[in-house]
Amino acid sequence: MVRRQWTTVTLAAVGILLVAVPPFLSSYPLTLLTQALIFAIFAMSLDLLLGYTGLPSLGHAAYFGVAAYVVAIFTTEYQMGFWTCLIVAVLAAIVTAAAFGLIAIRALGTYFLMITLALGMVVWGLAFRWVSLTKGDNGISGVPRPSLGLPWSFANQTAFYYLTLVTFLLALGLLVIIVRSPFGMSLRGIRESERRMRSLGYNVWLHKYLSFILAGAFAGLAGVLWAYYNGFVSPVEVQLITSVETLLMVAMGGPGTLVGPALGAGVIVFLKNFVSVYTKRWLLILGGVYICVILFAPQGILGAFREKTAATKK
Amino acid sequence: MKKMSVRTVGFGLLILLLLSIAPATALAQAPIKIGLLVPLTGAFAQNGKDMLAGAELSLAEIGGQAAGRKIEMIVEDTQGDPATALTKARKLVEQDRVHLLTGGLLASTGYALHPYVDGQKIPATYPVMASDDLTQRKLAKWVVRTGWNTSQPLHPFGDWVAKNLKYKKVAVIGMDYAFGWESVGGFQRSFEEAGGQIIQKIWIPLNTNDLGPYLAQIKKDTNAVFALFLGRLALQFVKQYQEAGLKDRYPLIGGGTSTDEHVLPSMGDEAIGMVTALHYSAALTSPANTRFRPAFEAKAGKSPSYYSEATYTNGRWIAEAIKAIQGKVEDREAFLAALKKVEIPDSPRGPLTLDTYGNPIQNIYVRKVEKVGGKLQNTVIHTFPKVSQFWTYGPEEYLKTPLYSRDYPPCKHC
Repeated sequence: MVRRQWTTVTLAAVGILLVAVPPFLSSYPLTLLTQALIFAIFAMSLDLLLGYTGLPSLGHAAYFGVAAYVVAIFTTEYQMGFWTCLIVAVLAAIVTAAAFGLIAIRALGTYFLMITLALGMVVWGLAFRWVSLTKGDNGISGVPRPSLGLPWSFANQTAFYYLTLVTFLLALGLLVIIVRSPFGMSLRGIRESERRMRSLGYNVWLHKYLSFILAGAFAGLAGVLWAYYNGFVSPVEVQLITSVETLLMVAMGGPGTLVGPALGAGVIVFLKNFVSVYTKRWLLILGGVYICVILFAPQGILGAFREKTAATKK
Repeated sequence: MKKMSVRTVGFGLLILLLLSIAPATALAQAPIKIGLLVPLTGAFAQNGKDMLAGAELSLAEIGGQAAGRKIEMIVEDTQGDPATALTKARKLVEQDRVHLLTGGLLASTGYALHPYVDGQKIPATYPVMASDDLTQRKLAKWVVRTGWNTSQPLHPFGDWVAKNLKYKKVAVIGMDYAFGWESVGGFQRSFEEAGGQIIQKIWIPLNTNDLGPYLAQIKKDTNAVFALFLGRLALQFVKQYQEAGLKDRYPLIGGGTSTDEHVLPSMGDEAIGMVTALHYSAALTSPANTRFRPAFEAKAGKSPSYYSEATYTNGRWIAEAIKAIQGKVEDREAFLAALKKVEIPDSPRGPLTLDTYGNPIQNIYVRKVEKVGGKLQNTVIHTFPKVSQFWTYGPEEYLKTPLYSRDYPPCKHC
């Protein structure tokens, strides 16, 4: 009972902070917070695969990137509005995930890692080489901030932050519903023991495939926001490093917790952009943090705290 | 169990918020702040360090002040990633309140910064980022390019090669990305207009480890090979080119970065004889360069590359503009106008003025790698004075043609 109360109180406190503090922040910290929220959506989408289904993907940037490119191309070449871009971009991410899923889902473990890595590289190659469409490594710039027909402009940093926050909360809500649904439960079952689930009569392949597509869709959602946020998309968005970084966000925060990866995203965005201001050796610090997490909190930051509280309860 | 986790998240976010609230004030007559974006980590860190050393030297030479105001340079690491560069630019402009933004290495960083710089109305200079369209088809009002544009050295070079070296047929081998395409495009255009023929284009993926299979494809009836490389691949190229026995058969010509001083000291005798074109050579004997070169060598312990000269001259450029407006950099319009009016008659790379599109008009040097006193250097063998980014073409007509790319100009003789 006490536990429930605490949860509610903390959630409410975080919610109030995220809603109330931004107007008082200067614009740079606000952009970082926006960035953290976008990556939080991205990391949570990967968590659905890694944490709940047990599929470690190294090509998750593909769906993020495909959606970002769709937004960039549709806004700069065809001057399409926000809703069209959003729908087409997420659909494009879904289609890509559906196609890649057909190839990747048949593999397990390391092989799954390698196939997703290769598929991710395919998208990177397209972004890099299909110059007439993507402008190659120069990237596409000049993506305008969206206008939703609302009285305020999203060119305003604060307004855009709230748009991101609302999207983040929606994504979090949807993902929570998904992982708590019977479908989500069966995903966890598959993570724990595929063979048992199969013998119980579950269509394991279909479950994994759907999870793969759903993860792609949410990654696409993050990609849409990213394109609008930066106003710029380049092959860097789809390269391997982006996928790896996201994987680290999930691993760091705690796979299978949703909130953990969101926290991991915040930590990494913070380290990348804030610590590097003070020292050129920020990579060393980042590396140190990773090692500490692996050594002392193999279940991620959130996982470690859970274990600790469980231990004190005993 | 659950309560702790959520509370932890909340606590973490709170810390994140508190840490990121930072003072953002600027006082009148406070120092002039200049934000420098350079890659100090990642694949381009070496070039980034050259840039930083040049900028620091330039600041030291003017005593860290201009027009009686102290100049404070805030350096940010772009990590060689345009998105990070953009985030850092936001930090410099919105949090540090810099009066001017400068630096950047990769063309993509330039394209990413363009809309932001114009949106913020913050004066910016690009000392290194060279992609043609940054000052051609995608102009930004608030950007002054103090460096160069990719095809600028290669338009005169193509013409010169056809007329002086008398090569009729040339095969091209180059790095497969926008910088490579724009370099080759510039060369091809003027070379073919002067009667030459590009008979082959071989594009090398950036992550290639062995150039052997590509070198084997070079057509046997070519008169010379045009190479466009930089960094690790430049070193590897000259080495493998000699090992494949091609050096004696087909003379090497190329874009200036292939033998730029950022790689030249690490090359062996295999580089000797290569003829390239760039807007700088560390071997220039002008008084300004004979002063700059030892000063830079004393500071950085190595030859100045074009990257170092770029940020060095860029620093002087900015200082001149500050002087012209008596240090009143808070008036951004006036600062920008002053930046556009700067003329430097004696930079290490020669005289500089700005064209109306915001790109310098400057000398282009045809250089030949020679060994002098046991060291390789880019000896200048011909100088094209006052070359504009449009070469001899009219700007308006020039801008109607598309940006040079993998497929443009088309390879008619391949």
